[in-house]
Order: sequence, then structure tokens, then C-alpha cells
Amino acid sequence: MSTRSDIFLTAVILSERGESKDPYSRLGCHPEPAWRANAPSICHPERSARSGFLSRLFCGTGGRAAEGSAVSSCGNEGAHLQARRNRSHHLSSRGDFSPRGICFSRLSSLVLVSLFCLLLISTLGSAQQITPWNQIQAPPLPAFTPPEPTRVQLANGLVIFLQPDLELPLINATARIRGGAISEPASKAGLTDLYGEVWRTGGTKTKTGDQMDDFLEAHAAKIETDNESDSTSISLDCLKNDFDAVFAMYLDLLHNPEFRDDKLQLAKAQMYTGIARRNDDVGSIVHRESLVIAFGKDNPYSRIAQYSSVAKVTRQDLVNWHRQYVYPNNIVFGITGDFDPKDMEAKLRPAFDSWQKGPAAQQPDIKFTEPKPGIYFVRKTDVNQSSINLLDLGIERSNPDYYAVTVMNEVFGGGFSSRLFNKLRSEKGLAYDVGGGVGSGWDHPGLTNFEMQTKSATTVEGIQGLDDEIDDLLKNPATPAELKRAKDDILNSFIFRFDTPEKVLHEKMAYEFYHYPLDFLEHYRTEVEKVTSDDVARVAHKYVHKDKLAVLVVGNDTEFGKALSSLGPVQDVDITIPPPPPGLMGEGGQGGPQ
Amino acid sequence: MKLWFAKLAALFLLAVVLPLAAQDLASYERRVSVKTLPNGLTVVLWRRPEAPVFSFFTQVDAGSAQDPLNETGLAHMMEHMAFKGTPDIGTTDYAAEKPALEKVEQAYAAYEAERIKRVGQDPQKLAQLQKAWENARDAAEKYVIPNQFGEVVESHGGVGLNAFTNYDETAYMYSMPSNQLELWAALESDRMMHPVMRQFYKERNVVMEERRMRTDSRPTGRLVEQFLGTAFMANPYHRPTIGYASDLQSFSATDAADFFKRYYVPSNMVIGLVGDLDPDVVFPIVERYFGQLSNTPKPVEPYTVEAPQNSVREVTLQDPAQPFYLEGYHRPSYLAPDDAVYDAISDILSNGRTSRLYRSLVRDQQIAAVAAGFSGFPGNKYSHLFAFYAVPLPGHTTGEMQKAIHVEIEKLKTQEVTDDELQMFKTRTKADLIRGLAGNEGLAQQLAYYQTRYGDWRELFRYLDRVDKVTKADIRRVSNQVFQDTNRTVGVIQTQTASSQPGPGASKGVEQQ
Repeated sequence: MSTRSDIFLTAVILSERGESKDPYSRLGCHPEPAWRANAPSICHPERSARSGFLSRLFCGTGGRAAEGSAVSSCGNEGAHLQARRNRSHHLSSRGDFSPRGICFSRLSSLVLVSLFCLLLISTLGSAQQITPWNQIQAPPLPAFTPPEPTRVQLANGLVIFLQPDLELPLINATARIRGGAISEPASKAGLTDLYGEVWRTGGTKTKTGDQMDDFLEAHAAKIETDNESDSTSISLDCLKNDFDAVFAMYLDLLHNPEFRDDKLQLAKAQMYTGIARRNDDVGSIVHRESLVIAFGKDNPYSRIAQYSSVAKVTRQDLVNWHRQYVYPNNIVFGITGDFDPKDMEAKLRPAFDSWQKGPAAQQPDIKFTEPKPGIYFVRKTDVNQSSINLLDLGIERSNPDYYAVTVMNEVFGGGFSSRLFNKLRSEKGLAYDVGGGVGSGWDHPGLTNFEMQTKSATTVEGIQGLDDEIDDLLKNPATPAELKRAKDDILNSFIFRFDTPEKVLHEKMAYEFYHYPLDFLEHYRTEVEKVTSDDVARVAHKYVHKDKLAVLVVGNDTEFGKALSSLGPVQDVDITIPPPPPGLMGEGGQGGPQ
Repeated sequence: MKLWFAKLAALFLLAVVLPLAAQDLASYERRVSVKTLPNGLTVVLWRRPEAPVFSFFTQVDAGSAQDPLNETGLAHMMEHMAFKGTPDIGTTDYAAEKPALEKVEQAYAAYEAERIKRVGQDPQKLAQLQKAWENARDAAEKYVIPNQFGEVVESHGGVGLNAFTNYDETAYMYSMPSNQLELWAALESDRMMHPVMRQFYKERNVVMEERRMRTDSRPTGRLVEQFLGTAFMANPYHRPTIGYASDLQSFSATDAADFFKRYYVPSNMVIGLVGDLDPDVVFPIVERYFGQLSNTPKPVEPYTVEAPQNSVREVTLQDPAQPFYLEGYHRPSYLAPDDAVYDAISDILSNGRTSRLYRSLVRDQQIAAVAAGFSGFPGNKYSHLFAFYAVPLPGHTTGEMQKAIHVEIEKLKTQEVTDDELQMFKTRTKADLIRGLAGNEGLAQQLAYYQTRYGDWRELFRYLDRVDKVTKADIRRVSNQVFQDTNRTVGVIQTQTASSQPGPGASKGVEQQ
């Protein structure tokens, strides 16, 4: 019951390019955790991680937007001690004589405590031995060596990662190809969106996309193509017994795409729908305008498709794109699933060996200039809540300061116990959604973004709240306790970076793609361990400039408590959608949305 | 028990596509252990030793459908409060905090009694009472260590800390390194026993922001609230999970505590645990910590059955947003014998590029960007809706969406689906089951879900048996039963631009077939 329509919907309605285009992508915040698609539904069938639109539409009220990769703590000694001191009080006040109360005597030796508890338990005839949470001794984590994929490089330059995972009878593969939206001509913005769709739907020389659909769906298999800011991709997902047939079709699509024009027209109509709807949703506006403000309107990372630019794209453009980029020396290919790596390599080599090298994809030369500080306002009259974003250019991940920045972000704006969450959500009750940090991109500056959503009446209060926290960050960067919490959080959850073979594969593919050392993850852990309070203070001053931040507000100013202008000059941002060229939509020559 | 496993294995060999059998699904089964504690809490554990981590999913069998009258949003509010700590977590001095919190409740009750007076409200008194309430809150606030629960989880390596509330259930989840199992048991049992309603009224403001974000400031959020209020009259699905604004402004921490006492009892909860966990080690720990939960019987749920709909209902939202079409037909709950038939209909209509609605509305007629039909809206524990929606392309109307969807519905009622379509549904359902076994988090959720809903997690697999029995005649029969004009509610977003304000009564809605 999983359908692709959710994906279309997200892609089309929100008209957003892949997440990778958002260099500072916050984690979490799925109203409902992704889970299997075919269970009798709690909610509805579309439940993939990409179904944000639909789950928001139809689901219940999702959890606590725990934004960011989480900060955290426990190292707050003061808090601990006080909590312990009060344990006996609360127990007596509950009138609850439990072994736990006894355990928490002032006995300093854990051994004695637990012995005492054991005695007491036997006396009471209860089998319950409870250890207070802050006295639980975790055993060491069992040694774990993440399964490393085998890397093979063919003579034609193709890099292959083989990652066996024998648990389930499935096989997944992805080829990531250099060259994406940032390389498309500005006058044809949207070209790679169309390419990423029509490559698959347009079929091959010998099979239409519809025929492929019939075959694949009957086998519960997928072959899909996609596009991001700096790459395109072609992937497969099938039961292992179907692999040979599905892989043959995959190769056919890789080498002989047809880009049939009817599917190009279909894809264009869907993009027009997305363009027409891109101001319906606050999130869509914020995503788009944040990039424009932070990176500049002409920066390829912030470019958006318009009716006119989409209309200009022809089938020949797609054919040319394919000819220009899809060569083995531009590709990182990864495969995981139920196979023997030697057998699989023996299948892949002949499939790829004879493929001729082509011209290397050129990385476009992109200038990044800092955003112009000020207050930017988008008026949206059908909302009762403002979205506030404080924006700046971030850093590159290869920057040696990346590790200290990561720790700073954990302290400040990530997770359930960050300063922003504690102050603006829990203490002031101003926001459901609040967080942010200095962003980092693999090969270009990320997007620095401190953000919240608050009711219209407290818009100015919200901005000032964020400002105050930024001031405080610069004055009081991170206490030793905060530093410890942040590092504990990153390091203790580190295993979740590589707890499945698929995650390891994707990490390695990213390093390969961006020319990072393949042991980057190990390096990351070591470097995070080394970060000091001074490092955090230094990077806070270096990368968080209150006066340089551009403030984007999307909201309904008829409901504002204080006027935005009380904070300084306000620049209105016009998000009017440029109308389509005459006659574009057919239907009697009528233009834009009805 | 042994016999049962053998039977199940045989079922898989027969029913499931070949690679599944070859993989020996029975071996998956041997990884599962179930324990029901004397207090009624059931824990389903799936051993998955691939990496030293685990995920859990606590499912409380109560959702917003259980919100008391005038207290919509309370189940969800309680979910938020489960992150606020306990007497042991989140406070510098619980002995002092406890009476301070009691004073907040007294002050709030006095304030609220005056605030909701319809006649004879004394503004001066109201202001005084409000001030007293605020002072009491400030006094209690002094003891708070904000978000310490989250801090403890995350600093010990917890990830994915979250929860959700829907109409049917409330759920809590995160993942940890496997050596933190005992800490998890301590934290999770503690908050399921002694949640403290600290910072309640600030958190209520947070939830109001959540409502603004999800419902008020989102076109489809606005539509769905109106739509469900129209499609359901008696059944609790007519009320929003997030709560009405006035209820959010009214209910108290005492109300949330009452809700907790009634529904958060071990016999009303199931925990799914998946990961590198040895049941011989884990179950004694679980018993020690969760055995402390009081032995209270599962709450009995009186429930108003929705009266049969005998009229077409319609909601038209005049909105700045682009047009959107939604319609729904009442169907019985997930326990209906035909449940899998609805899944077949949904699959054939909506799953992928071969689906009927995609091929008809999107590919061939080119009037919609997306079109689909699905069950389980807005929940499925009680009788609910089989719904359809479509997103028109620019220049196309919601009326065209309705017409095209009804053509597809009519086909289901008058002609049998093809053998290929039915087979595709069955094949994909089985493959999706396999894919669903891949992640600890999703698997923990499924175990808890099936155990709660069917009293046996094995229904996760037995479902395939029900799927296999679905026939073409079933699909036609059920379509004729359910897709009736008088069983339909329609919801439409009609674009209203500032320059084209329609006069009164200008709204045409959707022409009916």
C-alpha cells in the first residue's frame, strides 16, 4: 500500500528540491515515525519519511518536535546532587515505602547500598530491586565493528561499494552521478527536476516507462531516478530473487533512456502545479526565501523554477544532460542486501567494465557573499503564527572548526535540552518549533539558521528572544556541564551513525562523492572528543554574528503585537509568482491557477 | 506453542513468495519473546543482535478519542507532560515543589471559575485571580530543571526521542545503545508511574503554538478540521486531536492527571522492544521496574457508534490556497472481517504508477498532480472513513476531480478488478512486510501495534493470510456497500483571491453527480 503519490505530492506541491539542497537540514520532526507501509493503518497508507505533507494533513498530532540532532546532558552535577537529596522527601511525601527510598541513603558505597537493598527486599518478601536512575551502572557496550563495504574502482573510474546485509532477502542499489541543479542554466531552472523525473517515466529505447511500471510493480520492485542540488541518481530496490531481471532493466535505463516527450509534458504540468501552490504553505516559503536571503538571489543553491524556465526545457535538454554527465568516472555506485560480495562483483564488473569514460563533471564556480543584514518580511494573511528565521552563511564541513561548531550547535539549538528549547519553548512557552545552529555543507557553506514559530502577537518578542539567546551565547558560550552534555550526547549516540550496514554504506558513498577521507567518521569522533569550552567560545564569536544576521519573518502583520519596524527598517519581500507565459497551460489558453 | 509455530512456518512456505520461504521466516519468529507482567503490562521483544542498540515503542491504548467532553486535546497534552519529568527527574526539590504545584492548581481553579462565568464576571476579581495564579506558577517554577528527562536520555546516547498522539493511541519512542537497557527501564517506568505536571500552563501555550502551526496556518489543516467535524457527528473522530482553542485555554493539570490515572495503566499499555537484547537478561529488568506499576484493570470504553449517514454532506472552504479535493465514505473499524478488502481497494486505486487513480487522473486525463484513495482516516480503531483526495493541476477544478474519482469508483462497483491487479496487491503486501522488518524502530512500533490491537503480535504475519483470501468478488461487494452517495462527505478548498471576494451565497461548491 505504499504509494509513490506521496512522493509526487511532496515534490510537486511543495516544489522543493531534495533536502540536500538545504545545507542545514534539521533532523527529526516527523509527525509520525516512518514505519512499515502496509499495516492496517493507524493513519493512512502513505507513511514514508517523505510524506510530510500527507502525514501533516491526515495524521493525529505528532510528537514533540525534537529538532536537531539533540543536545543533552546529565553532567549537570548540581542538578544531580539536588535531585538525589530530594529523593527521600518525595518518597515520604508519596507515603510510598519502597526499597528505592532506602537505597537512597547517604551511604556512599554503591556496593553497600545494593547489599542493603537486597537484604531489605528479602525481608519484605518483594522481588523488586530498583536502582535510582542516576545510580545505574551501564555495562560496557559490547565491542562492535561496523561492517565495512568493499570498495572497487573499475578502470573506467566507476567506484563501487559492496555492502552485504544477509538479514532480509532484499537488494538495494544506488548510483549517484555528479552534476545537479547548481549546474543547470539559470534560464532553465527546473531542468534537473524534470530530468530526475522523466529519466524514469520516459522509459528506455525498447520499453516505455509504463511498461517498466507494469513489470516492476508486479514484482514489488522499484527503479527510480532522482535529483539533488549537486547530483542525480538512479536506484533499484527489489526482492533478491528478482535482482537479475530488475538489474537488467536498471542497466537499460542507465544506458538507453528515451525521455519520451509525453512524460516530459506530464512532468512539466506537475511542476506548474507545484509552482502555483508554492505560497500556500509557510514551510515552503521559508525554505525558499531563506536560501535566497542567505545565499543571494542569483546563487545556484537558491534558484527556483518558474513557469517560464520550466516551459523552456525541451526533450533535447534532457538528452544532452544525460550525455554530458552520465559516465562511469562521474559515478559512485553502492549496493547492499542479501548477496555474496564476490558473486555480486562478478555480476557488476561485466555490466560496467565496457562502459567508456567521458568528460569529468565540472563543479560550477559559485560565489558566496554574506547576506545583507536587516528585517525581511513576507506577508501572509491566512496564518495566525509567524515563522522567524535568523540567517547567515555557515561553514564547510572540511573546516577544522566543524567539530567545535557541532558541539556549539548541540549546546545552543539542537535537541530537547538545548538553550533555545529550554528558554523559548519550555520556559517562555513561545514556540512549539524552535532551534537552529551554524550550518555546514560538504563542499560549500551551509545555511546558518536560528528559527522559531510563534503566534503573531509575539513575533517581536520571539525575535528578541532569539537575539537575547545569541547575546548570551557570546557572553557565556558553554559551561563545563553544558560542554560535557553536548559531547556525551554526540559521542554516546555515535553508534547510531553506523548501526546498520546501509548507514555505513551511505556514509562511505558521501565521503567518496565529496572527496573526504573514507575514515572521516572515526576522525570526527576523535575531533569531537578534543573540543574544549574555549573552542566553543572561539567558534561562537567567529561564526555567530548577531549584527550580521538577516531576519526573515513570514506572518500576518495585522495581528502583530508590536510592529516589526520597532526593531529597525523592514524590507518587504515580494513572493508573487511570476505569471506563466500566455497559453502555457492549454485549457483555452488560460494562464495561472484558477 | 510449538505446534503453532510449525503451522505458521507452513503458512509462510505456502503463502509467501519464494524468496521469503527460502530465507526461513520461522527463524524470525524464534527471535520473539512475549511477557505479560502480573499487573497486565505486555512486552514483546524481538531479538535482533546485528548491532548493540535497541529501540522501544510504548503504546498506550488511548488517544484523543478518549478526550473528555470540553477537554479536547487532553490526550495530546498528557503526551507532552510525559516529558516533564517525575519526582526524581526535573526538579531541584520535589518536596517543596509538590505543594507549590498544588497551589498552582488551586489558584487556577479559582481563576478559571471566574473566567468562564457567562454572567456576572467581575473583571477586577478576574485580574486578581489571574495574578495569584501567575504568582503560584512562578513559585513552582523555581524548582524546575527544564527538560532534564530529555537531557538524561540524550546524554546517554538516546536518539529519536519523540512521541505522538492520534485519535486511537498515544505512543512514546526512542533508541539507545543496548548497554543502557536498565536506565531505559528506570526512566520509562518512572514516567509511566509518576509524571509530574510541572510547567503545565507554559506547555499548554506550546501546544497552542502547535495548533496554530498544524491546523490554523495550513490550508489542509483548516479543511480537515472542518471536514471531520462534518463527516462524523457522534463518533469521537469529529473532534480535533490537537484540541479546540477554547478547550486548550481551559483544561488544567488536574484534568491531565486524571486522564493519566484512568488510561495510563499497565493493562492498557504494550511495549515493543527490538534490538540486541537477551530476553533472559531483559525480562527480569523489565519486571523489576515495570512491575511497580499499579495493577489497575483496563478501562472500559463506552463508545457511541456513528449513526448511518443518510445524506450527502459537504464542506467548502473559501481560502487563499489553491484548490484541493477530499471525500470520504464511512466504513467499519479495523476489526471488520473485510478489513483486508479495503486494503486491496486502496492498493489497486493508489499504489504507485500502475494504480487506477494515477493512470486515470494523472497520466491519461492530466487533470491532477496526485490522486489517491486510502483507509484509516482519521483513525481506524472505530468506524472511520475510506477517503479519496486529488490535487488539481492549474486550470482544473475540484468538480473535475470528483467526477473522475467517481468514474473509478463506479468501475469497482460494476466490474471485477483484473487478476493481475489482485495479484499485484498480494505480492506487494508480502514484500512490504519483509521491508518493514528492516528497522528496529519500525519493528518495535509494529509489535506494539499488533499486540495492542489484536492481542497477539503474530497478527503482523497472519495479516498475510487475510490478504491472500481477498477475492475479486469481495472487492466488488465491498465497493457497492460503501461507496454510496448518501454515505459520502465532500471537502473542498475553493480558491478565493483578495480581488475576487464572492458575495454572500456565491460559493457554488462542487456539483454533485
